[in-house]
Amino acid sequence: MTGPAAPALLGVRHHGPGSARAVRAALDQCRPGAVLIEGPPEADPLVRLAADPGMRPPVALLAHVPDDPGRAAFWPFAGFSPEWAALRWALDHGVAVRFIDLPAAHTLALRDPEREPDRGEKGGRSAPGADPLAALAAAAGYDDPELWWEDAVEHRRGGGPTGGDALAPFEALAEAMTELRDGFGFGPGNGDGDGGGPGLGDRGDGDGYGYGYGDSDVGEAADRARDVVREAHMRLKLREARREFGDGIAVVCGAWHVPALAEKRTVAADRQVLKGLPKVRTELSWVPWTNRRLARHSGYGAGIDSPGWYGHLFHAPDRPVERWLTKVARLLREEDFPVSSAHVIEAVRLADTLAALRGRPLAGLNETTDAVRAVMCDGSDVPLALVRERLVIGDALGEIPDEAPATPLLRDLTRLQRTLRLKPEAVERDCELDLRKDTDAARSRLLHRLRLLGIGWGKPVRSRGGLGTFRETWRLRWEPELSVRVAEAAAWGTTVAAAATAKAESRAVATPALAGLTSLAERCLLAGLPDALPTVMRVLADRAALDTDVAQLARALPALVRSVRYGDVRRTDATALGEVAAGLAERVFVGLPAACAGLDTDAAAEMRGHLDAVHQAVGLLTESGRARTPDTREHVGTAEPSGTAEAPGPAEAPGAAETGTGATGPAGTSGGDPDPALPEDAGGDDADRRERWAGVLRVLAERDGLPGGIRGRAARLLLDDRWLTEDRAARLMGLALSAGTEPAEAAAWIEGFLGAGSAGGMLLVHDESLLALVDAWLVGVPPAAFTSVLPLLRRTFSAYETGVRRTLGELVRRGSPGSRPAVPGEQDAHGFGAGLDEDRASAVLPTLYALLGLDPDPRRDGGGACQGDSGGAGSGGGCDGHLLPTVEGRSGGMAGANRTAGADGTAGADGTARADGTARPGAKAGPGGTATTSGTDRGDTPVRTEGGALPAATGATTDGTGR
Amino acid sequence: MTVPGISTEALRPHAEDAFAGELEALAAADDRPRPERWRLSPWAVATYLLGGTLPDGTVITPKYVGPRRTVEVAVTTLATDRALLLLGVPGTAKTWVSEHLAAAVSGDSTLLVQGTAGTPEEAIRYGWNYARLLADGPSREALVPSPVMRAMAGGATARIEELTRIPADVQDTLITILSEKTLPIPELGQEVQAVRGFNVIATANDRDRGVNELSSALRRRFNTVVLPLPATPEAEVDIVSRRVDQIGRSLDLPAAPDGADEIRRVVTVFRELRDGVTTDGRTKLKSPSGTLSTAEAISVLTGGLALAAHFGDGVLRAGDVAAGILGAVVRDPAADRLVWQEYLEAVVREREGWKDFYRACREVSV
Repeated sequence: MTGPAAPALLGVRHHGPGSARAVRAALDQCRPGAVLIEGPPEADPLVRLAADPGMRPPVALLAHVPDDPGRAAFWPFAGFSPEWAALRWALDHGVAVRFIDLPAAHTLALRDPEREPDRGEKGGRSAPGADPLAALAAAAGYDDPELWWEDAVEHRRGGGPTGGDALAPFEALAEAMTELRDGFGFGPGNGDGDGGGPGLGDRGDGDGYGYGYGDSDVGEAADRARDVVREAHMRLKLREARREFGDGIAVVCGAWHVPALAEKRTVAADRQVLKGLPKVRTELSWVPWTNRRLARHSGYGAGIDSPGWYGHLFHAPDRPVERWLTKVARLLREEDFPVSSAHVIEAVRLADTLAALRGRPLAGLNETTDAVRAVMCDGSDVPLALVRERLVIGDALGEIPDEAPATPLLRDLTRLQRTLRLKPEAVERDCELDLRKDTDAARSRLLHRLRLLGIGWGKPVRSRGGLGTFRETWRLRWEPELSVRVAEAAAWGTTVAAAATAKAESRAVATPALAGLTSLAERCLLAGLPDALPTVMRVLADRAALDTDVAQLARALPALVRSVRYGDVRRTDATALGEVAAGLAERVFVGLPAACAGLDTDAAAEMRGHLDAVHQAVGLLTESGRARTPDTREHVGTAEPSGTAEAPGPAEAPGAAETGTGATGPAGTSGGDPDPALPEDAGGDDADRRERWAGVLRVLAERDGLPGGIRGRAARLLLDDRWLTEDRAARLMGLALSAGTEPAEAAAWIEGFLGAGSAGGMLLVHDESLLALVDAWLVGVPPAAFTSVLPLLRRTFSAYETGVRRTLGELVRRGSPGSRPAVPGEQDAHGFGAGLDEDRASAVLPTLYALLGLDPDPRRDGGGACQGDSGGAGSGGGCDGHLLPTVEGRSGGMAGANRTAGADGTAGADGTARADGTARPGAKAGPGGTATTSGTDRGDTPVRTEGGALPAATGATTDGTGR
Repeated sequence: MTVPGISTEALRPHAEDAFAGELEALAAADDRPRPERWRLSPWAVATYLLGGTLPDGTVITPKYVGPRRTVEVAVTTLATDRALLLLGVPGTAKTWVSEHLAAAVSGDSTLLVQGTAGTPEEAIRYGWNYARLLADGPSREALVPSPVMRAMAGGATARIEELTRIPADVQDTLITILSEKTLPIPELGQEVQAVRGFNVIATANDRDRGVNELSSALRRRFNTVVLPLPATPEAEVDIVSRRVDQIGRSLDLPAAPDGADEIRRVVTVFRELRDGVTTDGRTKLKSPSGTLSTAEAISVLTGGLALAAHFGDGVLRAGDVAAGILGAVVRDPAADRLVWQEYLEAVVREREGWKDFYRACREVSV
């Protein structure tokens, strides 16, 4: 095939160490005047960099379209790649190097720009119907074509400088390939074919050695057509080189192409093929590569699965198996596995004998791995995974010299900086972003992405102004070393988005703690990386599934639910997030009762906090699942410290959970428009979840032996959401506080039930039957036990605000609440006159409306009542204390209705809101609420009649009955 | 020791008797080099276990269905004169493989030491015939050799079952035997040296609690091969239904129509919990502390069949296996119950067509 004067055609398999060794030997023997290598010709000027001492493989040649860095192709080189061997040989011997493949300008132009090239790593080539290599392997009696190639070519250690003709193997290979091409109907005539064996002829798409950013989905026909073009181009370049350097040249290319290059074709025919190819402007650069990325595309078979092993085969001077197993032993020893030299000896024996049994010339990776498992790892795959990670794949990281051209990542960054008008400056400056504006949102995403990539250009600082999430403040400062960071990050991808996605994914896999993962998920949302989310979510779900610490799960849940809601606001698809959150909630449900048992005081207090957080999260989750909330909700929710986010949930709970539609509108949004597109069935599953949560709470509330604080808290949460009737709650309290219970335990129960904050006090002020219960219990505590209860009680009550405590004290002093009817209805609240003094109550209305910013005429829409209520919940926080007694004094008769509202409330500032409510909006909320929920047993019908004079009350009533 | 003529009457003949024909055919066809005192070459041993067709048309039935690699490593280990330790959860055919390996390599699978918590040193070294000892004083005649000692003297394969159940001090008597290949008899000032061909196959269970871990000195003398659980659900369903069928017949249970669905379901549940991931690979699960081996799936199903046959309508239903599954999964009442509930709620409840199973499990769970 290759006559003495003809160029030496060295067919190789890309990344085959045997091929590399053979290429080196062949070049040493025939000493060519020039070396031609399969690769993009645009890279010719970059070749000299390969000789730079700062260059260390694995590296890759990267071609990209400057305006669109996402369109890129890689040609990776490992130290054991034949191409790299040829390159280094040529540079060491001062011989010219030319790349002869189709220019990247064409290959990138031929690519469909619509496709997302940086996600194209889906795996192997589309399995060709007939693998030519398989035929060769089958002829040699091998099932596995790659194994055959290993034995026949890569493991061949002869043919070295001492082994006779170094070119002979290449000739034999070329003949075999010719046969193959003929046999498979890609004879010299039509020459259209790749289908190529592993790495022999690339993927035919011409971008990279078979696994750059490959087009696995491109049809085979297209591959073949492109192969024809590429081979034509190679022939032309070969001809050109022969004119320039004479015949003494060597070509290093995929073995599959060798017959095509040897073929005689006219220049005109080849030019014809190349005519009219599309072209784009491309730029090439070297980028550092990693062994992991060499191995990443597992679909592409041998030579890439195990770069570390191949590197070892290439670099080991002799006795590769012995050296390899020694390496393994050293690694295992470092990791504290007891592995001695005796183990190595036995492993070598086993590997060699296995190879003999399997009829292989030399123990390969399979044999050594089997030996390592059986001898050194006690049959376990766990240490073996370590060996695979660290040695078989290896953690080599390439380096490139500083003077290498700019990476596309940097280019992308520069482009973004330009379009977003965000100049890198060495001086520190603050930058306020309003996320409602598109440019600012894009800036925020960029900064978040860069942070993920470890490029700390901007640091988020606390906003001075608003508290809303639509405002972000960044402190920007560009430092010179950030350029280095950018260069380092180049290995992650060609665009900032792609690189950040890849980085986030890899971080997700490496993060062991749940909390870390949820925050990573949050960051992905902030950085606008929807592509990374599935991986993060999958890992999160996996970690959650295996985590046995319920406290951990409970801690992770709120952040996750926040992310779900945040995703809603940003209109990113947070469905996956929602699913994971739901799964997490489910696991918490199952594990919580067991996790609450046997806790000491501190742990119980912590668990109580988790209980609250989970309760709130379940509410939010249900809400998020039920309706895509309008944007305004978010702003309201964040503008206020804690109010609305909680208030709507419980307030609407009974109606909404039962009817599916009910109260969402009024309770949820400040605009007060009910969401018309509310899916009925979506509420079903969520209602189901709430139901189960209620079940869990019930178990917690009623199970003996759990810490009092937790039982009390569970009872309270149940009561708040009307999952527990007051009678039942009273019974639970009675049980918990009865004489049979340890006083300390009872006090803990009370603390859990009332809440440690001021909200608990509010509840007591407004709910007289509860106060009566507590009072009765307190009075019944025997003197001896009282001293032991006192500190605990004091701890609970001292947390209440002064005003609240005073009111409580006054209430208690006024008379024994226990002697009063359990349901006082609207007749005299103690200390107050009978009935409601309409005139005096109305007097306060204008002020209230002004405070709440409401339309004084609530007739406007039926939801007005609740609207007022929820508005009050948020903004009424400021008028604590003094407003309370006033309102209480004027509308004492409303106590019954008021209690309904009070019981609705959750925590924090809304206690006051309830108080406002008493005056007017509350009068509406009260009956409205009862109409939809518990009905008339409260004896508040008179109130409604009375309140009927108020238009809104009528509205609310119709509202309630209309459903 | 097998006596010719009796083996046909035996409830379960030894491997070398049951498959004598195949072994002979293999020996005849085998032209590869054999290690000394091996009846077959390593290649032929592997073929005997994995099955195949000989050039003369003899069909060798597969004795072990599993990865080829495992068997090859096991056979090679024996050929390199290293002791072989077969590890695996119960029901992964460890004993079966060891018996057939011994039969194929040495033609004798009866040199067996059954490991128990009470296995004495004599079972591994030698005992004394005390009448002779008292009458004649210590002599070779008064000595009662153990199977291991006989294997050493005859160059055969000795088998030790359940090695990890043997007390640690007794285990360690193997160290000298395996490293020095010699067994000293200090009472006589003699020793027994192993002749070529001697080797040891031990089996051990790597999931049981309360076993005596091997000392690292002993462990070092063994090459360890882990026999895996069936790789695919199909293979496992196949193994399970065949065994269930066999056992059912020997217990005279009426064949259950439509049992296949329940079998598949039980296998699925076992596999999912064992692997800690659902079959679709989308959800991770916690694994219970029990082993959940194929053997246990078989016993759950046999139990279910008996329930269905004697107390039900003869058709294997979800309710018949639910209690069995619960018993197999929940070994540790606290931790496993959580695992099981989580599995029920997160996986079973959502799964299409598993409503009956979910209900049945809920009933027995409470």
